[in-house]
Amino acid sequence: MLKIKDLKAKVKSVDKQILNGVDFEIKKGEIHCIMGKNGSGKSTLGHIIMGNPDYEITDGQIYFENEIINDLPTNERATKGIYLAFQNPIEIPGVTLANFFRYTTKKFYSEDVPYPKIRKQIVELLGKFGIPEDTMRRYLNEGFSGGERKRIEAMQVLVYKPKLAILDEIDSGLDIDGLKNVVKYINEYVEHNPDTSIIFITHYSRLLQYLSPNMVHVMINGKIVLSGDMSLAKEIDEKGYSWLENSVKT
Amino acid sequence: MEDRSVLELREMAESYKYDFKDPYLYKEVFEKGLDEEKVIKISKIKGEPQWMTEFRVNAYRVFISKPMPTWGNTELLNKINFDDIHYYVRPEEDHKTSWDDVPEYIKKTFDRLGIPEAERKFLAGVTAQYESEVVYHSIREDLAKQGVIFTDMDTGLREYPEIVRKYFGTVVPPEDNKFAALNSAVWSGGSFVYVPPNVKVSIPLQAYFRINAKNMGQFERTLIIADEGSEVTYIEGCTAPVYSSQSLHSAVVEIIALPNSKVQYITIQNWSRDVYNLVTKRSVAYENAKVGWIDANIGSLLTMKYPSIYLLGEGARGEIISVAFAKTGQHQDAGSKIILAAPNTSATVTSKSISVGSGRASYRGLVKVYKEAKNSKVNVQCDALLLDPESRTDTYPVIEVHQPNAAITHEATVSKISEQQLYYLMSRGLSPEEAKTLIIHGFIENFVKELPMEYAVEMNRLIALEMEGSVG
Repeated sequence: MLKIKDLKAKVKSVDKQILNGVDFEIKKGEIHCIMGKNGSGKSTLGHIIMGNPDYEITDGQIYFENEIINDLPTNERATKGIYLAFQNPIEIPGVTLANFFRYTTKKFYSEDVPYPKIRKQIVELLGKFGIPEDTMRRYLNEGFSGGERKRIEAMQVLVYKPKLAILDEIDSGLDIDGLKNVVKYINEYVEHNPDTSIIFITHYSRLLQYLSPNMVHVMINGKIVLSGDMSLAKEIDEKGYSWLENSVKT
Repeated sequence: MEDRSVLELREMAESYKYDFKDPYLYKEVFEKGLDEEKVIKISKIKGEPQWMTEFRVNAYRVFISKPMPTWGNTELLNKINFDDIHYYVRPEEDHKTSWDDVPEYIKKTFDRLGIPEAERKFLAGVTAQYESEVVYHSIREDLAKQGVIFTDMDTGLREYPEIVRKYFGTVVPPEDNKFAALNSAVWSGGSFVYVPPNVKVSIPLQAYFRINAKNMGQFERTLIIADEGSEVTYIEGCTAPVYSSQSLHSAVVEIIALPNSKVQYITIQNWSRDVYNLVTKRSVAYENAKVGWIDANIGSLLTMKYPSIYLLGEGARGEIISVAFAKTGQHQDAGSKIILAAPNTSATVTSKSISVGSGRASYRGLVKVYKEAKNSKVNVQCDALLLDPESRTDTYPVIEVHQPNAAITHEATVSKISEQQLYYLMSRGLSPEEAKTLIIHGFIENFVKELPMEYAVEMNRLIALEMEGSVG
């Protein structure tokens, strides 16, 4: 599904290297977790897969379904089936959530599906994720609480049905019940859509207890330094990240 | 203007009475350029009362005595050659335009907006009639039952000379500015609306429905009088581009809102891109009256338009909401004037401008508070959105306050579409153009929600079209 080879990238504005040769692969239908401390480059990796203009790839390749997508515009990546749930979704003043979905769903649904039908589904999904219907009339992300943002970002996986969903720190800003609820519906969705690949990016392992990932990766200083199964996450839970940092240096 | 008794006026009007619709009368075509003789001739052809002839002649003198404005886009203004303009073009002549002459971008826009065939030709000036007579008639009958007068200005002058004489030129006198003087001298067409006391007109009066092409003329003159306690909404223009073979358009709109009345005037202007649109729009609001100008300027080469509200009676309120869309080669110089001259008056101004490419949008605003205006309030909010590095916006606010307890706020913001906003929307599949369009929709949301439904839908479609590189 997605394969990344020796990916190096920098932050354009400050000309600072932030990814230092990432190798990564996720196959169809797999669930992976990428863990790391703040500043490790884990969120950046998600954004570079999506094509965030703040970053520039200086070396390496990103393959999506065996095609190099390094230079593909973000919208084409989206329509090919990559979705990124933003850690900090952007506010768009004056654009209601309803209008936002009216435009974006056109890109993912056949013209034969009338919008009122899509809208109805969206309202139902919002309900499942604990978002009241009148939120549809609010302006996109403006004044939304941290929890509301996370729920709505996560819920859009079920709207656009991507082949690869990257969920960037959906656990921060959500209380435990909120998190359980979100993960429940994502898991349920994956059960019904077993070909979907999902990458969870997180700082904490508390998210992992609700998941059964195929693989867990640890990022430090812009590199994936260790990959393993759930036991790796448990180890981090007990010891933190410092033991890994030390072992990487040596 | 001389004083004359109403009776005398009536007699004069009778004696000059002409069958206005006689096609032969329209055969008259004036050569380019203007002089006093031509001004008088226009008045005679229309069979106007003497006072109007004199009004026109006086206005003509004011027009020639006034210099060109020395502000605004003087470079473009000074390119106007007054000797190269037809000042009286009978409607048929104006429709000589052949469909083949209509610019390709306008035809394309018609296509994309889904404008019906008959309507396209009307808008492009190919035919005189927009086939909506049936609709128009039923609306007229309903209105007539309520005593509402809604007719073209020429007919208004002929059939309601007393009302017209009482108010015509009282809000915008010819002396106001060079272009108001020109309009006063050569005006033709436009609308005349009178709403009797306590009548609330439930449907918006739409100049769009008017079958008379004169309405789309160069020098329209519109007069709206809302009598005490009445309510009316008037809509002018449409989102489809209006093609005209004449490049100078200079309209005057006067609104008189008598005590406790409510008037809302909605304009959606989309002239073709070679047109000078120099318009004087002004209203007076008496005790507890409310006037709203909702004004969108999309087309034209240069627009200079500053809808004004004079709050003359205690408790009068005013609202101006405007949107200007300036694309490459266009200058939208728009704004507002709020004059507060009575206690407890209030007004809000919301101005939104969008500049694309080398497009330039200016906001020019005046707020003047007289010392009589105790406890008055004015809020002005100007937001400019720049889409490209070479886009330009300017704000020229003037605030003059003679009443210390008046509360005046003026806020101006300039923003750009951020890369992160685009990236976020693109991550949900939208192309950069679609993403920008959606952001613009959001930017003008406050404006669009004031429009009647069908206009709001058209307006949104139009913005989407304007954002497509393919159109124009």
